[in-house]
This record gives sequence, C-alpha cells and structure tokens, in this order.
Amino acid sequence: MDKLSETLGRYGGVNLLPVVLAAIAFVLIGAPSSWVTLTIAGLSMGMMVFLMASGLSLVFGLMDVMNFGHSAFISFGAFVAASVLAALGGWLDSDSVLLASAALGLALLAAITFGLAAGLFFETVIIRPVYRDHLRQILITMGALIVSEQIILAVWGGTPVTVPRPSFLDGAWIIGDVSIEIYRVFAFGLGAVVFTGLYLLLNRSRIGLLIRAGVENREMVESLGFKINRLFIGVFMLGSALAALGGAMWAGYETLITPALGGEMMIVVFIVVIIGGLGSIEGTLLGAIIVGLTANYIGYLAPKLALASNMILMMAILMWRPSGLRPAVK
Amino acid sequence: MTLLSVKDMKTNIGQYSVLHGISFDVPEGGVFVLLGRNGAGKTTTLRSIMGLWQPSANSVSFQGQDLSGMGTADIARKGIAYVPENMGIFGGLTVEENLILATAKGTFDQKRLQRIYDLFPAIEKFWTKQAWSLSGGQKQMLAVARAIIEPRALILIDEPTKGLAPSIVAAMGEAFREISQSTTILLVEQNFNFARSLGRDMAVIEDGRVVHTGSMAGFAADTELQGHLLGLSA
Ligand SMILES: Nc1ncnc2c1ncn2[C@@H]1O[C@H](COP(=O)(O)OP(=O)(O)OP(=O)(O)O)[C@@H](O)[C@H]1O
Ligand SMILES: [Mg+2]
Repeated sequence: MDKLSETLGRYGGVNLLPVVLAAIAFVLIGAPSSWVTLTIAGLSMGMMVFLMASGLSLVFGLMDVMNFGHSAFISFGAFVAASVLAALGGWLDSDSVLLASAALGLALLAAITFGLAAGLFFETVIIRPVYRDHLRQILITMGALIVSEQIILAVWGGTPVTVPRPSFLDGAWIIGDVSIEIYRVFAFGLGAVVFTGLYLLLNRSRIGLLIRAGVENREMVESLGFKINRLFIGVFMLGSALAALGGAMWAGYETLITPALGGEMMIVVFIVVIIGGLGSIEGTLLGAIIVGLTANYIGYLAPKLALASNMILMMAILMWRPSGLRPAVK
Repeated sequence: MTLLSVKDMKTNIGQYSVLHGISFDVPEGGVFVLLGRNGAGKTTTLRSIMGLWQPSANSVSFQGQDLSGMGTADIARKGIAYVPENMGIFGGLTVEENLILATAKGTFDQKRLQRIYDLFPAIEKFWTKQAWSLSGGQKQMLAVARAIIEPRALILIDEPTKGLAPSIVAAMGEAFREISQSTTILLVEQNFNFARSLGRDMAVIEDGRVVHTGSMAGFAADTELQGHLLGLSA
C-alpha cells in the first residue's frame, strides 16, 4: 500500500484524480464522442469556477476571513459584462472580428475594474472592522450579500437578462462526430492564462513570497517588518476582480442570467475551495477541475443526481483528506 | 547605556490580565536573560515588546523611543528581530526563501550570509530544501539565521533550546556568544545552565511580575535565591 502511494506520488499524486475520474467516466459513458464533449465542458466549467474560487481561497488562507459576500462579485461581474456587451451590440453584430473582440475585451475589463473597486470598498468598509471575529464576519458578509443582491435586482430587474456574445465564439467545431463548443475552449484558455499568471505571481515574485508566507504565519511576516494588512487589501481586490471575471465568463457561457446566479455558483465555489484545500491556488484549480468534470459526467449519466453529486464528492474527499487535497502548509 | 527599557508593563490577553507590572532594563551588548517558571509570562513579555499583544501605554522604550502602541511591522523595522517559541518557520518555503524574506531589499549581503554558513553549516547544506523537512534543531538554526541576516540592534529569542539534543544546544550557545558580540540578545530560557553560561544580566518573572533583577554572576552564586525563585535544587 505504501509502495503504491509512493509510486502514485511520483506520477503526480492527487493531481491524477481528474485523470482517474475521466477514465472511469469513459468506461461508464461508452460513447467516445459524448465523452469528449462532456470532458471539454467539464474542463471549461472547472476553469471558470477556478476564477471565481481562487480569490476566496487566498483571502481565507491569508487572513482567516470568511467572506460569504464573495458571490456578489460573481453576480456583479456577470451583469456588468452583460450590460457592456449589450451597449456595444453594434460592434458584436458587425462582421469585424476586431470590433467584436474589442467589445468582449471591454466587457471583461469592465467586470475586472468593477471587481477591483468593489473589493477595495468591501475590504475597507465591511471586512476591516471584523478581522478575527468569525461569527460577525459571517453575519456582516451575509448582510452585504443580501444588500448586493437587492442592488442587482433594483438595477437590472428580476427578469432574466440575455447576454450577447461575439459571433466568432458562437457555434462549435465539428471534428468527426465530436462537437466542441468554441466558447468552452475560449473559457478554458482564459482560465489557464490566469492560473499561469497567478502561479508566477505567487512563486516567482517577492509579493508572492510574502503572500505564501502570510498564509502560513502572518504574525511572523509582521515580525519581519511587513504590514500584512496592505498585502491583504491587494489580495482581496485581486480575488474580487477574478471572481467578477469568472462571473462575466459564466454569463457568456449561460447566455441567460438572473440575479440568483451568484448564489447558485457560490455553493460550487465553496465546495471547490474546501475540496482543494484552503490557501493554495494549485488546490483550488484541482478542486475546480474535479467539480467541473463530475458535474458534467453525472449530469449526463444520472441527471437526477447532478445536484447531490458534488456534495457527495466533497464528503468523500473530506473523509479521506480532512484539510482538502492540496492545502497550503500551515 | 540602556537599549531597551520596560517599565511597569501590563498586558491583557482578551479579558485576562496576564502581565501585572514588568520592569527591567536591557543594556546595550551581551545577553540579557529572562527566567521564570512555566506560565510566568515570559513569552507574553516578548510578544508585548514586539507589539503582538498590546502592552500598557509608555511601557516599552527602545533607544529612547516609545514602542507601545506601534504596530509589529514598524517595531521590527526599528531593528528588533523576534525568534518565537515555535520558531515561526515558513514550512512551505525553502530555506533560501525564508531567509530572503527577512532581508529588507530582497538581496543578500554576502558577508553576512557567509557568517551564517559558518555558524550553521546546515543552512548552506539544505539551502534549496523546503523548511518543513528540516529537523527541529535545523529549524531553530534557520529561525536564528533569519534574525541575523540583516544588522539588528536587538534580538528577542524565546526558549531556543527546548527539545534540542545536547550537541545542538552547545552549538547554539556558541552561535549566541558570537552573535552577542555585535547584537544585543534578550533571551528567554528555562535551561538554567545554558542561560548562566551566556547571560550577563538577568531578570526573573513570576506570575506576570518581575520579582528579581541583577547580574547573572550574582544570581548564579546565590543558590538559595535560585531555589526560591525557580524551584531549582542546586
Ligand atoms: N492566548 C492566550 N490566551 C489566554 N491566556 C494566555 C494566552 N497566552 C498565554 N496566556 C496565559 O498567560 C500566562 C503567561 O503565559 P506565557 O506563555 O507568557 O508564559 P511563559 O512564561 O512563556 O511560559 P512557558 O515557560 O510555559 O513558555 C499563562 O498563565 C497563560 O495561560
Ligand atoms: Mg513561553
């Protein structure tokens, strides 16, 4: 048994879980073309959920702050991007790929900018007074979440909003009898770029070194002469911006959004963060991919179990590894 | 000359009053030892100096400047390093990364680094290893190395010999003797023999108060006082 886990460890250990999952699904699904479609859908959903979840994981890891309001950034990101895309409808409808790309770029940028600003506001006004007090954090961030949802309702109304998207991302590539939705590939690619950027930031820069050290022991980082609060504002803003970006991408994926979007995704985001292990983006990515794949495979194999499947997955993983698959060292 | 002066320091942790009046003066140079039984308040004293707990107003002055009320990062930047009881090593970071974080600019002064290699060869040997994989003694060496990688005026060290093998304790003693040539050390220690061999001045804390302060030589000679204050049977 030890030998087995050692060999597994050499080939990637828990990182192999998505591969194992995909292999089992391949056998159960039987039809290779469906399997490819579902796997790509799962990977792209995983990447979008990663965007939404990475900030929450770092924020909790660095300051032990439980932010139940995190889903507000996801919702706002989705609606802000949808509004920008709607306003630039002319660009989207034109035949120019350049104009359509510009519209998409501006929409994502607007979501990110909104996330940064909202993150700054949220951290200084709502979170700052309740550092180190979990009960109040839960209450006040829940309160902020309700207020945010009401604001969205007031601004965008309760009826579903259609999200236009550039025509070059619509449709699918057909390879043999496999159909690959272009938007999913785009979402996966964008997520991969963000992950790489975050990974380099955390592992190759001094700020990243400070963040990793702070996740482990913030008192010691302070004792070495660094102000952890400043670092935390930066991380919080970054996390909010990524959540908003994730929301914007999700809006384009769903193409029809309601104010409930943030809340629905939040359950998935919490599961991902808990499965992956708090405070590490590698863990968050792993958790997100596993959850994305499971949701799609089960959705196909046993649609009635789709909702429960991720909860069951979380419980199974926590029984095996109580602090998640790849938590930050504490 | 007095480097650090603690005057009637009182510290509460939450609703508990833990320190009721700590006073002692640490002169510049050498090793000053804080002694006391378990739970006496030694760690709380160091943490209060460091600003990790909030001490009473005007109770800590360093180089003539009041530290009470300052944030921990600002206190550190005045030239005080802290080696906590649990060593505070960043296990997920490499030995090199642990040390680079302790430098102000993110680059090493090669002379100081060489001095650390000379004091603690294990640091050089395990340079690229993640710190969690080090032994207890090596972690302690890394914690001390982190405190001296930049020039500092004062180092607070909390029970550095706890749980270490005698040979490592001896090496640690040698290192402290060398370090104290250039940097003042405020040392909390339960190992009285170790403390006696290093200390110039000392204070004894009991139940949140300083109950004795004086020279180490005087205290070491007075076995009755030791028995009374530390419960040591000489
Ligand atoms: N976080 C805390 N919350 C409440 N009480 C605390 C806390 N930390 C310490 N105390 C109390 O303060 C008193 C002094 O503790 P402190 O850790 O300073 O003692 P110490 O002299 O360092 O002991 P030791 O030799 O065991 O390390 C103890 O009675 C302890 O129970
Ligand atoms: Mg102690």
